[in-house]
Amino acid sequence: MPERADPVPARLALSGVRKSFGAVHALADVRLELRAGEVHALVGENGAGKSTLVKILAGVHAPDAGELTMDGAPLVLTGPADARAAGIAVIYQEPTLFPDLSVAENIFMGRQPLRGLRRIDTAAMRERATELFARLGVPLDPDRPARGLSIADQQLVEIAKALSFEARVLVMDEPTAALSGVEVERLFAVVRSLREAGAAILFISHRFDEVFALSQRITVMRDGRWVSTDPADELDVAQVVRRMVGREVSQLYPKQPTEVGEVILRVRGLNRRGVFADVGFEVRRGEIVALAGLVGAGRSEVVRAIFGVDPYDAGEVLVDGVRLPGGRPAAAMAAGLALVPEDRRQQGLVMELSIERNATLTRRWPLARFGLLGRGAERAAAQTWTQRLQVKAGRLGDPVSTLSGGNQQKVVLAKWLSTVPKVLIVDEPTRGIDVGTKAEVHRLMSQLAGEGVAVLMVSSELPEVLGMADRVLVMHEGRLVSEIARDAATEESVMLAATGQGGRA
Amino acid sequence: MTTTTRPGAGPDAAEVRARSGAAGMRLGHRLFVAREVGIGLALVLLVGVTTAVNPRFLSGQGRQDLMLGATILVVLAVGQAIVIITRNVDLSVGSILGLAAFATGKLFLAMPDAPIVLAVLVGTGLGVLCGVVNGALIAVARVPALVVTLGTLYVFRGIDYSWAAGQQINAADMPSGFKSMGTADLLGIPLLALFAVAVLLVAGFYLKSYRSGRELYAIGSDPAAARLHGIPVGWRVFGALVVSGGLAGLAGVLYAARYGTLDAAAGTGIELNVVAAVVVGGVAIFGGSGSVYGAALGAVLLSTIGSALPVLKVNPFWQQAVVGALILAAIGLDRALAARVANRLRGRKARGA
Repeated sequence: MPERADPVPARLALSGVRKSFGAVHALADVRLELRAGEVHALVGENGAGKSTLVKILAGVHAPDAGELTMDGAPLVLTGPADARAAGIAVIYQEPTLFPDLSVAENIFMGRQPLRGLRRIDTAAMRERATELFARLGVPLDPDRPARGLSIADQQLVEIAKALSFEARVLVMDEPTAALSGVEVERLFAVVRSLREAGAAILFISHRFDEVFALSQRITVMRDGRWVSTDPADELDVAQVVRRMVGREVSQLYPKQPTEVGEVILRVRGLNRRGVFADVGFEVRRGEIVALAGLVGAGRSEVVRAIFGVDPYDAGEVLVDGVRLPGGRPAAAMAAGLALVPEDRRQQGLVMELSIERNATLTRRWPLARFGLLGRGAERAAAQTWTQRLQVKAGRLGDPVSTLSGGNQQKVVLAKWLSTVPKVLIVDEPTRGIDVGTKAEVHRLMSQLAGEGVAVLMVSSELPEVLGMADRVLVMHEGRLVSEIARDAATEESVMLAATGQGGRA
Repeated sequence: MTTTTRPGAGPDAAEVRARSGAAGMRLGHRLFVAREVGIGLALVLLVGVTTAVNPRFLSGQGRQDLMLGATILVVLAVGQAIVIITRNVDLSVGSILGLAAFATGKLFLAMPDAPIVLAVLVGTGLGVLCGVVNGALIAVARVPALVVTLGTLYVFRGIDYSWAAGQQINAADMPSGFKSMGTADLLGIPLLALFAVAVLLVAGFYLKSYRSGRELYAIGSDPAAARLHGIPVGWRVFGALVVSGGLAGLAGVLYAARYGTLDAAAGTGIELNVVAAVVVGGVAIFGGSGSVYGAALGAVLLSTIGSALPVLKVNPFWQQAVVGALILAAIGLDRALAARVANRLRGRKARGA
């Protein structure tokens, strides 16, 4: 990092910040310096610790070590209220609105304009919300409830919130992930005007064109550590990617060419009102098909409907030409489907139960004798699969919550692979797990496809999608908008389709 | 309800507002009003039919009885609504009421000349104390309100029983000034009912017009987001339980004034009536929406059903079934409405984009 003589202290500076959750080191010795009138980009892979850093700036987590200073003076944040009082506004990756309250109330919660007797001045609040939306150039109605707003509109409400209290520091955690081109341009115009007004801005994004277009300096993080901070004009995309990944990308995704067989899973005209519409595709034996799209595009909802966890209004799901009854996961399992869900802690595992119990949950009946589940049978079955997947565990009788994220994910995989599925559906298979385990999961998927299993993978990580998939299906706002073959799939083509601009490109 | 252009507003303003602002406001407003109007209509219908069957139902004395009957339930429902709006529940209100009622009786046994204000303060204060216990257990020990207040339901009642030790306080032991409070009226409205009206108006005003009141809704709507907003979730929930406890204590004093005869079993089982009234009144059981006015109307409806069914010669055994059916209908209505609104809001977005 080139050290320049800087007479004015940074607006907000972090140094030596460390944060652990249990045995997991989320951040180690991280530094960051945000200057007034500057957009500072923070890039890194998923799991690099960016979101943890954001939560520290927001006062949600207190760092285990290290210090924060604002304008040179030490700053201690004991909670989100402190951060707000210090003038730090945070826009999270996923909007945090109150669905039952009106848009105006969401913007001004806790800071409503007051009139006599400290009453809330509803008229003034509505007026100021209308002004904010006029400034943002969006026709949002301040009186409607936040429930039912699209992700993009929710994001705009969050931005209006940050505008409303004249933030001195604005932290944006992937604000553009769910926005279309026009919306992104509008957001950038607002960000630039804030910057000119002297705010310090931290901008987190996976889209490099945006990072380079908007920011003056770029900090790269990897595996919870600070890697580098440089002026944006001294860097190029290739350099940034190399620093983010820290290795060659190709070895991460050991995709083997496989023989693609006949169609196993066929989805036709699947429709769920207001969630997704007219979704149809096929997955063949030995093929890995990725379902890409932005957060909230309806991908998880589609695979949940296919597996029968969620209902659908119209359409059909065929496995080997046989129609599956909707809404019955047991029937889907019997037909040879397996679903590794998005959220392993909530949906994939019973956290309090032992590893062996979790690993054999899908085979309670085949393993039972006379309806009684013997411990020996369970343990033997669990042993086989945890060994095959190299789960690193102390004892199989320990609660699954004692495992690291990557090993938990392996237990979920073991549980489903033990049913010997014909179609394996994986939803965000490597979210929040370390790089080593990630590669193992990828190798496993590739190997399964080689054995003739059809794999349908929902993933928000573009490198994973591009590295693993034979075909990429892209969803946008509940519709399948594009199908891209492996050779034609690039970061750009997928992103364009995912933001709803596939037609124009 | 059609929404044609209103005559007063200018054409451009009307167009702009009709497209964005006014449409949403009307939607939100209509929903709010729909529920209250619905309960109001049910109430009018019930009273109308019952009066047609027996005109004495709405005679001077009949009206007084109806209002008195609703008073205690309304006070409890207002407190309960405040708690439920934050996605919590207070099951201990019946026991707090019993404790406060008995304490009021004991106070007058010890000091026959005690001023009524003192009795109100003592009863309410005792309720506040119970609420502090509830709130502290929930906020500090982070135990769900359902479990905490289920526990304190028995604890408070147990204290009540051991304190009373089988003693019963008779109306004759009460000073006449206090007893007359239970029967006095102002312009035809019983004095006790005025307490309930005052409580309702203050609570309604607070929830609508104060930041901390709106924060209660925010907490119930999404507790995690409320924390990220820096809302002191623990303190607010604590406050809600203290208020609920205090109102249950006040209800205990009103109970003592109305019935005069007290033992340790006063108010047993009333907590479920209160929760039922709140839910029927349109407060979502998972918090975030509803109003104390709705809850109060729900309470009036339930207590009126209680008075009307005997007049209508309905077997008293059916009364509980009617209340139960009403709760199920209210919840069914909520689900249907929520689904419709969700579809509508989504539809609007899709059209607008």
